[in-house]
Amino acid sequence: MTQMPNLVPAYAEIFLALSGLLLLMVGVFRKTDPVRGVARLAILAFSVAGVLVLTTNAVAVTTFSGMFAVNAFTSFAKLLVLLGGGFAVFLMLPWAKNEGIARFELPVVMVFAVLGMMMMISANDLISLYVGLELQSLSLYVLAAFHRGNLRATEAGVKYFILGALASGLLLYGSSLIYGFAGTTSFVGLASALSSAQENVGVIVGMVFVISGLAFKISAVPFHMWTPDVYEGSPTPVTAFFSVAPKIAALCLFLRILVGPFDDLMFQWRQVLIVICVASMLWGAVAAIAQSNIKRLMAYSSIGHVGYALIGLVAATPEGARGMIYYMLIYLFMNVGTFAVILSMRVKDRYVEGVNDLSGLSKTNPAIALALTVLMFSMAGIPPLAGFFGKYFVFVAAINAGLIPLAVIGVLSSVIGAYYYLRLIKIMYFDEAGEGLDKPDLSTGVVMGVCALAVVVFILVPEPMLAGADAAAAALFQG
Amino acid sequence: MNAFIENLPLLSVVTFTPLLGVLLLLTIRADDSEIVARNSRWVALWVTLGTFVASLLIWANFDNGTADFQFVEKHDWFPSYGIQYHMGVDGISMLFVILSTFLTPICVLASWDAIKTRVREYMISFLILETMMVGMFCALDMVLFYVFFEGVLIPMFLIIGVWGGTRRVYSAFKFFLYTLTGSVLLLVAMLAMYFTAGTTDIPTLMTTRFPFDTQFWLWLGLFASFAVKVPMWPVHTWLPDAHVEAPTAGSVILAGVLLKMGGYGFLRFSLPMLPLASEYFTPLVYTLSIIAVIYTSLVALAQEDMKKLIAYSSVAHMGFVTVGIFAATQQAVQGAVYQMLSHGIVSGALFLCVGVVYDRLHTREIERYGGLVNNMPKYAFVFMLMMLASVGLPGTSGFVGEFLVLAGVFQVNTWVSLLTATGVILGATYMLYLYRRVIYGELTKEDLKGLPDLSRRELVIFAPLVIIVMWMGVYPTSFLAVMDVSVAKLIADYNAAIGAESAALNMADGIRLALGR
Repeated sequence: MTQMPNLVPAYAEIFLALSGLLLLMVGVFRKTDPVRGVARLAILAFSVAGVLVLTTNAVAVTTFSGMFAVNAFTSFAKLLVLLGGGFAVFLMLPWAKNEGIARFELPVVMVFAVLGMMMMISANDLISLYVGLELQSLSLYVLAAFHRGNLRATEAGVKYFILGALASGLLLYGSSLIYGFAGTTSFVGLASALSSAQENVGVIVGMVFVISGLAFKISAVPFHMWTPDVYEGSPTPVTAFFSVAPKIAALCLFLRILVGPFDDLMFQWRQVLIVICVASMLWGAVAAIAQSNIKRLMAYSSIGHVGYALIGLVAATPEGARGMIYYMLIYLFMNVGTFAVILSMRVKDRYVEGVNDLSGLSKTNPAIALALTVLMFSMAGIPPLAGFFGKYFVFVAAINAGLIPLAVIGVLSSVIGAYYYLRLIKIMYFDEAGEGLDKPDLSTGVVMGVCALAVVVFILVPEPMLAGADAAAAALFQG
Repeated sequence: MNAFIENLPLLSVVTFTPLLGVLLLLTIRADDSEIVARNSRWVALWVTLGTFVASLLIWANFDNGTADFQFVEKHDWFPSYGIQYHMGVDGISMLFVILSTFLTPICVLASWDAIKTRVREYMISFLILETMMVGMFCALDMVLFYVFFEGVLIPMFLIIGVWGGTRRVYSAFKFFLYTLTGSVLLLVAMLAMYFTAGTTDIPTLMTTRFPFDTQFWLWLGLFASFAVKVPMWPVHTWLPDAHVEAPTAGSVILAGVLLKMGGYGFLRFSLPMLPLASEYFTPLVYTLSIIAVIYTSLVALAQEDMKKLIAYSSVAHMGFVTVGIFAATQQAVQGAVYQMLSHGIVSGALFLCVGVVYDRLHTREIERYGGLVNNMPKYAFVFMLMMLASVGLPGTSGFVGEFLVLAGVFQVNTWVSLLTATGVILGATYMLYLYRRVIYGELTKEDLKGLPDLSRRELVIFAPLVIIVMWMGVYPTSFLAVMDVSVAKLIADYNAAIGAESAALNMADGIRLALGR
């Protein structure tokens, strides 16, 4: 006889799953303008799920026979993912209207993707990890290829699917090795098995496979090849979604799994991660210089940012975890704001993506130019904007963990990276005016304004934004 | 009155008043861009003048008798990292605050007619720049300092890039990336200090004794940043480009205040926090400075572009400053600070002089001028005074700084003093040569004959600069008295730290000797 598992910690996920199913029905039966209706409901569902996450925030519990864990860290990460998802769907509203998209499945698939991410974040067992990851990945494959009539979108979808399947395979293979050598798949069980036993080569090999699989999901070098193509080929609101939600979810999972069950193998995984981290920072900075498509540029930019966030993970201290969480919080606002700008790049009712379409924007549309300037300086890590503090906190952690060379490489690659962020500002401010962009939609403008403002005023009121992250980091290192 | 001022967070007021001005500028709504431009100029002028008056209150209430930080404000900012909003000034930094607030209204006036496009954005950039500059000199927390120090780059990048000359894009990028590369190494050094000392509070760090090995690397990290800012040879190459392409007011601020950030950094961080490494690296600084003084003076002699010439002369003059700082005697350090203040005024004024003729003829080529004394006598007088001040003629501000530096260094190292002194001669050569070619001679060129003399606005700009230069030259005490005690404490601490170290070494030697090893 089995006992009914405690469902309370998983209310948010259960609610989101039911909402996804319900939204499908709404989309089918709604006659007029189904996309926007469903999208609005999806935002509502994200908000309610966010409230549910907040209400179960208080205590650290596990449920479903220990396969599903909830604590302050997972709650914080889930809120970030929900926020990213909500912003992306919000940005989709005007886009769907302008493009005349009539497929209501888009927001529904995003709901399922977010559900997968939340399950990943809460996974407390290699099996539930894989299930959550696959739910997310399969949804993302669909999203990447959503413009199925478009050659590039199809290419992006297929490329992402094949490479993603390979990564999932690696992850699964690694998990099976770990299970074979450690005898358990539960995070708690692994932690105790690995702390007591002698160093086990089989487990280490398995762990490296798992790291590779996860590195693919966060698009860290050398597993980044899909990123520019998928960013370019996907519809822009989906790219905005890609650039925040899955990255945050996978990074949080990375953090949980490495400082949780594999804590005792720290010296093994640290070497691997340092290589990944340095390569991502440098390659993200260098490769972005030559890009002329702004979405591809943002792809390399996000690769670089993942590198910086990983510094916090490499430090493997509560301080590092805190730095990484700060970084992701700030990154969320910077990236969503930038994609709002990209979504307002319309010339004569047509979306454009060329970097040079921004030329002289400061004359034709000073408000957008100002917002993007603020966001770019922030991404480049120039104080007093929020992006600087994101970098500051991870570098603090790196130095306190004795990783001074890593911090030096990090700051130097941020100088290289500054070049291409400045190039966008140069195009907007120093170059002659081009055609100019259409007036942005109200909601896109609002998102842009909110994000740019958040980046600016972060310096005034850092504490409320950071208090949650502090609690989250503390929770992570309790177990 | 005094009680009122004591309760007023004066430094924050001075720092952030310009930002209020930015908000005011953003509220200007008019369809006619001409009206927007006019209002922006007046708003910017009044705000910067108000800031200047407020900063004079700091000086009026400043106590010359103590080396402690005054007007201190302290609030929690990032409690989880122990970062505080900590402001305060001592005798070294206070005058730089005044210098910044003094030069900004002059810059606004100097841009009155020269800037015709996007005037509002231009004024916003300058106001933000003022906040960053003043905040940087007041900051007593390293993170706060870094925020201001680095934040300067954003407005300056835009000023050069948007309102600059033909090669403005190249210069703006070079300026930004050069400075950023240095600054990020400063950031790493700061983090390492935080890691070692557990705080980012500057007064606390000044009393922290780092071991020599740590100091060695920290010093190099700080040096990477400050040397680029000063700039010292061989990392000065961004400066001529930035100066040439920047609009006149941009050059004034760049030479007047931004270069001083490097010297100030040495005085605030390198010397008091890392005395052992500073002493260890003094020969390096001497060498680079002497090369800067002699080499860039010769380079200045060969320039065809007026702004480039003055830019190279700045590098040479800042060589005096770095020599003075690292000589670490009372006279030399006071001379270095004085030289920075004087150079801030004089080189700013020289760039304004170039701006005057550039506005009229739109060229800075020395060849295109000649004989201006015939139709621009007032201009010739102002230019001569500033030129002589730059050369270091007694009775002008330049003399006091150079003399004190040379006298101070002489006590420590005669050769350095001698070689640095050649800079004075070379300085006279290139400045007089410039002056002769531009001002004297026959007025033969047709297009020069119609040039009008200084307008009333230009006279208003130059009058305070002339007065200050004379004042600083004739009665330096009013400035030196402010920094006397602070510099004395800096030197005393520095010598004590080095003395303690060498005493410890002597003791170790003595023990070794006693043990017969």
